[in-house]
Amino acid sequence: MTRKQKRLAIIGTGMGFLALAAGLTFYALGQQTSYFYMPADLLSQHAAAGERIRLGGLVQPGSIKRGEGTRVRFVVADSENEVEVVYQGILPDLFREEQGVVTEGTLGSDGVFVADTVLAKHDETYMPREVAERLKEEGVWQEQ
Amino acid sequence: MSVELGHFALVLALALALVQSAAPLMGARIGSLPLMRVGEPVAITGFALVAAAFAALVLAYVQSDFSVLNVWENSHSAKPLLFKITGAWGNHEGSMLLWVLILALFGALVAAFGRNLPPTLKANVLAVQGLIASAFLLFILFTSNPFNRLQPAPIEGRDLNPILQDIGLAIHPPLLYLGYVGFSISFSFAVAALIEGRIDAAWARWVRPWTLAAWAFLTGGIAMGSYWAYYELGWGGFWFWDPVENASFLPWLSGTALLHSAIVMEKRSALKIWTVLLAILTFSLSLLGTFLVRSGVLTSVHTFASDPTRGVFILAILVFFIGGALALFAVRAAALAPGGLFHPISREGALVLNNLLLTTAAATVLVGTLYPLLIEALTGEKISVGAPFFNLTFVPLFLPLLVAVPFGPLLAWKRGDLLAAAQRLQIAFAAAALSGIVSYFLMDRASAFAALGLALGLWLIFGALTDLCLKIGIGKVPPSVALGRLAGLPLSMFGTALAHAGLGLTALGVVAVTTLEAESILTMRPGQVAEIGGYSLTFENLRPFTGPNYTEDRAVFAVTGEGGASLGEIVSSKRFYAARGMPTTEAGIRTFGLSQLYVSIGDETASGLVVRIWWKPLVTLIWLGALVMMVGGAVSLFDRRLRVGVPARRKLAVAAAGEGA
Repeated sequence: MTRKQKRLAIIGTGMGFLALAAGLTFYALGQQTSYFYMPADLLSQHAAAGERIRLGGLVQPGSIKRGEGTRVRFVVADSENEVEVVYQGILPDLFREEQGVVTEGTLGSDGVFVADTVLAKHDETYMPREVAERLKEEGVWQEQ
Repeated sequence: MSVELGHFALVLALALALVQSAAPLMGARIGSLPLMRVGEPVAITGFALVAAAFAALVLAYVQSDFSVLNVWENSHSAKPLLFKITGAWGNHEGSMLLWVLILALFGALVAAFGRNLPPTLKANVLAVQGLIASAFLLFILFTSNPFNRLQPAPIEGRDLNPILQDIGLAIHPPLLYLGYVGFSISFSFAVAALIEGRIDAAWARWVRPWTLAAWAFLTGGIAMGSYWAYYELGWGGFWFWDPVENASFLPWLSGTALLHSAIVMEKRSALKIWTVLLAILTFSLSLLGTFLVRSGVLTSVHTFASDPTRGVFILAILVFFIGGALALFAVRAAALAPGGLFHPISREGALVLNNLLLTTAAATVLVGTLYPLLIEALTGEKISVGAPFFNLTFVPLFLPLLVAVPFGPLLAWKRGDLLAAAQRLQIAFAAAALSGIVSYFLMDRASAFAALGLALGLWLIFGALTDLCLKIGIGKVPPSVALGRLAGLPLSMFGTALAHAGLGLTALGVVAVTTLEAESILTMRPGQVAEIGGYSLTFENLRPFTGPNYTEDRAVFAVTGEGGASLGEIVSSKRFYAARGMPTTEAGIRTFGLSQLYVSIGDETASGLVVRIWWKPLVTLIWLGALVMMVGGAVSLFDRRLRVGVPARRKLAVAAAGEGA
């Protein structure tokens, strides 16, 4: 092999890997990202039932219902809309009423959001960024 | 008083850092040796000053001096002493000070022990280090000063976030920063080489130990962070593909690539330009990580209080250093002489393959991490990229790398023989494949993935062993000779074998946990029994307990193995920290061999206590493997061949290791 051929072999392999990586990345970005919704967004734009999304908002006071074994129900709300969420498992330590929360899962055809993840924060003054920005826009919540 | 002294020391350190970034650079430019040598004492004094400032902050924490804003916000007089000390860097300001302390330490080490470096190279390296230190000292003094006073002084502090009140805080950030910031040395060497427009194999020999040390620390730091999150968060996960985790993983990936390309450069003086670029990129990714974590622009489960306005300052630092270094690279790289020739099938070729796979894998992680920011900036839509994305992109790129690893050390430099290497790996391959097949049937054909993964992990371990066996000639020479050769083998060969086998151990752990883990969520009343992974857990009772600065409800579970033999108990608790009004979950973990039972408890409901139990087979291998990799790095550092002509470097590695302990 000449110097040129050797260099070409390396560049070719490199390009091959890059193409593979780019292909995988574009495919995965199309398939595996989840959009963030607030309850109000679900009024205007419908998330397809079964599509994986993130739902954020405030936990409505008095809406947390336990008692079906490990299943918990609560309502995530903003100023315009509210969505019932059902979650199986242990809620994060800082999960409270009137607390900002981000849940991840799918919207059922009955309008109930089935969450498999409820995002916990490590800090009691922390508000999930997406939720904080929207609530500030709506004037519901101010930074302390 | 000591607080003001600390503040003053920090200002002085800034002044010295500015001198350090200007004088040696100028000296190197005009060829004035006295001016070049200014860098050494200045770097060492600068480190002493930052250390004094850091000590002043720690002292304020130990004394619970709540007249200091930072102490008041993050400490409490009832906190145990260890957490008072570690609390000094359990917040934004303190952790940035730790960052700069480690940066100054590395600069001082180059100044003190780099005696045999060419004077101009050393001067330029110290100047670049000084420039980085100046930028971050400015950042601390103007936006994140830990020494700000509070008037009047409150009587009691607001306490440290309970999740941080853990031994993990004492180990994880210092290790991680030793890794992150350690790469600044490779960066400074790269920029210095570009400034001089000259680079040779000796350059790689100087850079390699630094890179190796930083890599070993980063490996330990990431593993420690992963284990900490695993036991502290109570979710039982070891890796979430969270932005903050990715931020530490990115420099690790490119740092691993740099480590390998520097070998090619040192041995064969090839890949020069690529190595310089990798050195720049690795530290750039460390800076990016600092920015992502400190600015809070990405939503992460690991983000503690963050402040976007400070993010802009770090972003400016980021743009200056990354942009500046890359611009210099663009102008000067062409001037660097290309290196030696090699056949694609050769040790060099194998290391190039390693680099290609590592960097493309790093690129997919980078895209996945930053994509939500990009989309939000372009369309305003908020999206999140989670584990499924990385499983689909990173994993397919990383798996071929794992398959290829055992071949690398068996190929000769310049021109290798793939077939011969494959033949010599036959036994390792057969053993790994056989283990995979046997385990497949032992597991009642539960998971083909698990069997394949197991075989892959063992392939790496057996491959590393094969390499060592071949080098000492087992089977060809009498055992006594082989043993003699083993003792005479260069340490770096043990380092390579350990690091590769460690990777195999981690792979084994990851595969076992992701494919064979068992999980159960249920409600339990006292006396009730849960079965998992061949163990029985009996919920005994819930008892209250009072700790130094918290109260908790402890759920006690009696564990029995197969056949009813008692194996002791597991205690999981819900803690409440009164000072912050914050509850935490303390997971109960018991280790059996290499596997673990993991229990976390939730709320009490009408039907009993909510309990989540995991059986995590071989989970500890994930972190033990990382530990073995770290030991491999450390063993390599002590290699005589890395020391030939550079006896001083060994002391430096020891000093750095001592600093991390």
